[in-house]
Amino acid sequence: MAKREGSTKDAKGRNDQATEIAGNEGQSELLRELVAHLRQNRTQLREEWVQRISETRLLTAMTKDEIFAEATSVYDSYVEALETETFEALQAYARNLSERIIPRGVETHEVVGIVLLLRDVLARSLFAKYQADFRKLNRILDAYEPAANRIANTVAVGFVQERERVIRQQQEAIRELSTPVLQVRERLLILPIIGVIDPQRARQLTEQLLRGIRTNRAKVVVIDITGVAAMDVTVANHLVQTVEASRLLGATVIVTGLSPEIAQTLVTIGVDLGKMNTVGDLQGGIEQAERLLGYKVMAVAEAR
Amino acid sequence: MEVPILKQGEFLIATFQAALSDADLENLRRGLVYQVVKFRSRGVIVDVTAMDVMDSFASRTLREIAHMIRLRGAETVIVGIQPEVAFAMVQLGLTLEGVTTALDLEEGLAYLNEKSKSVD
Repeated sequence: MAKREGSTKDAKGRNDQATEIAGNEGQSELLRELVAHLRQNRTQLREEWVQRISETRLLTAMTKDEIFAEATSVYDSYVEALETETFEALQAYARNLSERIIPRGVETHEVVGIVLLLRDVLARSLFAKYQADFRKLNRILDAYEPAANRIANTVAVGFVQERERVIRQQQEAIRELSTPVLQVRERLLILPIIGVIDPQRARQLTEQLLRGIRTNRAKVVVIDITGVAAMDVTVANHLVQTVEASRLLGATVIVTGLSPEIAQTLVTIGVDLGKMNTVGDLQGGIEQAERLLGYKVMAVAEAR
Repeated sequence: MEVPILKQGEFLIATFQAALSDADLENLRRGLVYQVVKFRSRGVIVDVTAMDVMDSFASRTLREIAHMIRLRGAETVIVGIQPEVAFAMVQLGLTLEGVTTALDLEEGLAYLNEKSKSVD
């Protein structure tokens, strides 16, 4: 391998330009040299990295064995990304890794931290190897740094995106849980609403209720809003629409638990109370629903 | 596209197949009223299960059908409105006011049977 830089090692003057041109051609050669070095010293460098990880107390949620196993995979993916200069495999690995470690409670700063540590460990080993040849070191770093930074970026972004996906999923689950549609008798559903209703939750509520009416073939629905402190005009309109849409599916809606404030809002927006069936409290609402459905609840007389 | 109208005892059942044009809706209205007269039906069920959109013309036509049939002394029940369609309708303010609705064919027939029993 003819190296022109051999002749310019000591000259900092006119031969610099020749070095630059030679440099660009030698970039991929340098990269290969770099990758070879990283592979040869894999065991030792990986050790050093794991050591640094425990020193800085990162990944405390994982056991030593797990850290070692992941470190091996990350190291190999890192080197492969450097070698192929493609990042899809690394991206896929980062997302896969994130999927596994997020439920374990690993935080973003830890993931970014360990990738940067690896970058440092590898850079140091390059300083050590090429310390005698400052010019070459610079050129090796020219090849190494952009790739290393891109790797750090890819892994961090992959982790954050996975976290955001999990958060969205959990939010959706919470929203579903917080508006259960419950069947308490044949053909009778109860929808107890608690907390703050924003237009999005109101919409989701309506969709869930309508689906519930169809699935359970409900004829009466009691919507209890005792747990709702206040409602703005938009949401009050949503409630009215829910009542009307339920009627289109053949179900009667009884609204119970209106607070004075909400009653005021409904009057203010001019709700046609003839259309909305309201009863004071949930108990009253269920009793009326039972009447509508033709049930009669009687105490069982004790025969002695 | 013609909407098939079936006779079930004292009742008539009209089942929407898919998207109906304005002309189809007009024909349906004429056909239903004609058949109610011809068979002296006590009730009509319009099954819109297959309808995935309801516009204001369809909504108005259904109300007119119910009104005209009531003038003949018979009840109309609209059945099978899908949850998504119901949701869209109320947002557009199409509430089918004054028209009886039920979940499905079974419920619709139950309602009509109840109604005609109470008249007798």
